[in-house]
Amino acid sequence: MSSRFIGERLARVDAPDRVTGRAVYAADISLSGMLHGRVLRSPHAHAYIKKIDATRALALEGVKAVVTAADFPALKKGGVIARGEVELNLDHIRQVALAHGKVLYHGHAVAAVAATDPHIAEDALELIEVEYEPLLAVLDPEEAMKEDAPLVHPEQRTRTRDGTLDRPSNIAATYNVSRGDVEEGFQVADVVVEHTFRTRTVHQGYLEPMAAVARADPGGRITVWASTQGNFSLRSQLASVLELNSSQVKVVPVEIGGGFGGKLNSVLELPAVLLARRTGRPVKLVMSREEVLRATYPAPATAITVKAGATADGRLTAVKMRAVFDAGAFPIAPVVAAYLTSLAPYKIPHICLEGYEVVTNHPKIGALRAPGAPQGAFAVEGQMDLLAEKLDIDSLELRRRNATQEGEPMPVGRAFNRIGLQPLLERVAAHPSWTTPLKGPHRGRGLAVAFWPGAVMPSSCNLTLQDDGSFSLVVGSVDLTGTRTTMLQVAAQELGVHPSKISVSVGDTDSVGHTEVSGGSRITYTMSNAVNQACTRMLGLLRERAAAELEVDPQELEYDTGIFSSRVSQDKRLTLTDLGRQSLRRGGPVTATGAVARMQPAPAFSAHVVDVEVDMETGQVKLLNYTAFQDVGRAVNPTQVEGQIQGGAVQGIGWALMEGYQFSESGVLQNANLLDYKTPTATDVPFIDTVILEIPASDGPYGIRGVGETPIIPPLPALANAIHNATGVRIRELPMNPEALFHAMQGRGG
Amino acid sequence: MKPFEYVAAGSLAEAVSHLDSAGPAARPLAGGTDLLPQMRYFRAHPPLVVDVKRIPELRQLSCVGEGLHIGAAVPLADIAAHPDVTRLYPAIAYSCSLVGSVQIRSRATLGGNLCNAAPSADTVPGLICLGAHAVVTGPAGRREIPVEEFNTDPGKTVLGTGELLVEVVVPPPPDRSAVSYLRFTPRQEMDIAVTGVASLLKFSEGGMVYQARIVMAAVGPTHLRARRAEGVLEGQRPTAELVSRAAEEAAGECQPISDVRASADYRRHLVGVLAGRTLLKSAEAQGIRV
Repeated sequence: MSSRFIGERLARVDAPDRVTGRAVYAADISLSGMLHGRVLRSPHAHAYIKKIDATRALALEGVKAVVTAADFPALKKGGVIARGEVELNLDHIRQVALAHGKVLYHGHAVAAVAATDPHIAEDALELIEVEYEPLLAVLDPEEAMKEDAPLVHPEQRTRTRDGTLDRPSNIAATYNVSRGDVEEGFQVADVVVEHTFRTRTVHQGYLEPMAAVARADPGGRITVWASTQGNFSLRSQLASVLELNSSQVKVVPVEIGGGFGGKLNSVLELPAVLLARRTGRPVKLVMSREEVLRATYPAPATAITVKAGATADGRLTAVKMRAVFDAGAFPIAPVVAAYLTSLAPYKIPHICLEGYEVVTNHPKIGALRAPGAPQGAFAVEGQMDLLAEKLDIDSLELRRRNATQEGEPMPVGRAFNRIGLQPLLERVAAHPSWTTPLKGPHRGRGLAVAFWPGAVMPSSCNLTLQDDGSFSLVVGSVDLTGTRTTMLQVAAQELGVHPSKISVSVGDTDSVGHTEVSGGSRITYTMSNAVNQACTRMLGLLRERAAAELEVDPQELEYDTGIFSSRVSQDKRLTLTDLGRQSLRRGGPVTATGAVARMQPAPAFSAHVVDVEVDMETGQVKLLNYTAFQDVGRAVNPTQVEGQIQGGAVQGIGWALMEGYQFSESGVLQNANLLDYKTPTATDVPFIDTVILEIPASDGPYGIRGVGETPIIPPLPALANAIHNATGVRIRELPMNPEALFHAMQGRGG
Repeated sequence: MKPFEYVAAGSLAEAVSHLDSAGPAARPLAGGTDLLPQMRYFRAHPPLVVDVKRIPELRQLSCVGEGLHIGAAVPLADIAAHPDVTRLYPAIAYSCSLVGSVQIRSRATLGGNLCNAAPSADTVPGLICLGAHAVVTGPAGRREIPVEEFNTDPGKTVLGTGELLVEVVVPPPPDRSAVSYLRFTPRQEMDIAVTGVASLLKFSEGGMVYQARIVMAAVGPTHLRARRAEGVLEGQRPTAELVSRAAEEAAGECQPISDVRASADYRRHLVGVLAGRTLLKSAEAQGIRV
């Protein structure tokens, strides 16, 4: 079948509702008798909770309930939900929802109150009396690693490659991964560089603050409307913690206003459910922006030391990475991902990682678009530029000489399947963004390369032929980025009908098979496989129906654009409308499911080129030109692909130049608002030009690769490299804001 | 947000009477872009909010012989777009266009920017350069206060209980003079000045600096005049060397603090940079190339 809808720039099906304000988000849900909740948060970064007395709050008119961690079912230790690449630790989910005996960061939830209106709930917070016994806060990961450091979790033991150590420590885990022998590699190197790169905690910056509405039926069934990236994952989290069957929890889809990895884990839903159970009434909880910044799941601060060696002719011989990740209050940080992704672009004989995942009294970290990769690339791509400078080799040429290809081993795991890095770099080399000379004072150009492996997780969909011959496609995935539209294109392509004959919606957790989170750049890649499967099954079923109706052999029928017709006798034909009508009389309605669990990964590479101009007196960086190259396998909807690449680049630009948590010495976030936690606006970035390469992935339909995460990675090192090119100063600490750059230029740092 | 009483006053007398009887915690409401966030996030709990947007005197925006009258409740967007303001007071129009976003400027007022008494307020330095005064009415009658003396500390003004800002009056710009304002923000829009500097330069017929005013924002408890720097310039022929000496002097006169937005050292450095740039800009506007 010709490619009619794959590659078309279809307008997003959700766009009219979103831009006119009709789209319904979790905070828009209003139910009869609904109560409004607020969360009481810790004023300390680290303290024992000695006592919580809600008597006065409960006496306030309009207050219906106050809940604390004591309202959870008794905890069974060690509960973990395994989700392919991600493990969800139930204990941590519960403790983030409501602190258990100890507060672990400033803003940690301590209690939640439900009242007849949000202002009463707010007033009630002041009447909940909590007695704390403050403890020394553990804030600096390097300090936290020392043997005599105060402990965030006195019972925590370090997980290592060789088992668990028997001494308590803030180091949750160490990672020792290697290939070859780096010392040998450094011996044969002509140039060796070694520096430490530091990044701060940053937030995903999704526009829609977290929100949840919960209803608890007397029979024990729970219904939740939530701002989440995964309805099924949320269901699993709630069912596990509350000790219910999965089928007793229903998560109803609502639109989501951005997630970027920050809405994978439950935060507000558990307190909302506890309050709903206690009161017998629906309860809504909505975070303020301040709460979002203080008490959700930001991305980790890191200190990454990269020692890299190369021969005089520009062949990398060895890279050693030492990485310390500030995981915040609970373990799990993307340490290995930083190593894997940042070294993946290059053929390096000897590599090793010494990684540390350290808990501190900061909010628990979560995923942010390509978790770990931007921090790793900031270090490795910075060192690549320095090597190029020391070897007097063009920075693109150095990357071309070392670029990896199909069949080469990845830093961790198996060999690469089909990838497009080398053609991508050839494209950069020939492109005006790289070849046009940069004129003018204090201007510089920077380049960086990035990799993201892409995730594969279960996906399900249901396809139904309606009575009039139109189709309804229900997918299980939350639509973060326009995936309803791309799945519409896939279904139209496979069913051979116009997109106007198909409606696509996100199903609730009762109505479609388990579908994992929208994350890992994987929905278009994996769900298109499920939709493809459902369409094939649907056409198979319809062929049988048509054959029975027409009393011909199914093989005699051919199908084209909605019509089954006999190759033998021309008058024997049936349209989808005929089949839809007849299905109600004979055979019954026709439905088909698609379900996918495993596929090969579809790795994606990108390269960004940026030109900057630096105000030497103030340190302000102005972006002049920005071009993002990416191998996307196949662009199902080029407009959406471009949007993803542009959005990722802007997010990375913000991380590079502006964003960063500023904690006080007692662990209190000082910039918990969007004025002082700065993200770029449209006026801070130039038009992000995109260059799309389509080198088909090894697996899956159409050659699709994941797109969404890779583009956030290169801006950090590309901008650092451009600033160095403009000023001669290498910045190895983010954000590279005007004051930081000014001080660095004063000291001629680097 | 705590419960509060709301009243929309139709006249100056009505507003003053409400504010006076409710006591010092009562707050007038114009655009609300500062007041409402303060109330929402629990820093302010006024028992009474008096909406002043319906008072005719506060809605006037006119440019007559004796100067520009800006009613206290006129939105910044209207000021920035007013043809007389853009023609005769381009620095005022420009500062009004810097505040917040399009949406904010359609609500926020110059009167509110002044009364909020933030040392970072963008509209105030230009007003001080031009010698503007505030017209205030209250239980004891009407009085006029130079804008330069209106704010006394962060968040504090000279207004007494029951007093209300009616308008800001900006005198006609002196002949052969120009005003310019520059601010520094890490982000191009939707940001607050880390440092701002406005300058007025009035030249003699012979091209000497007859009068200089330099006003600094966000580097002290209120907006500050750089009087020593002004002294460096006045009576002198403007040269690049003179301008940088004045800029250096201004940097020495500011009183910055370190906070989440910038260090004191960096702010002081920026005063020097911005003072130099704004002086050059003001001179250039009078056709004088330094």
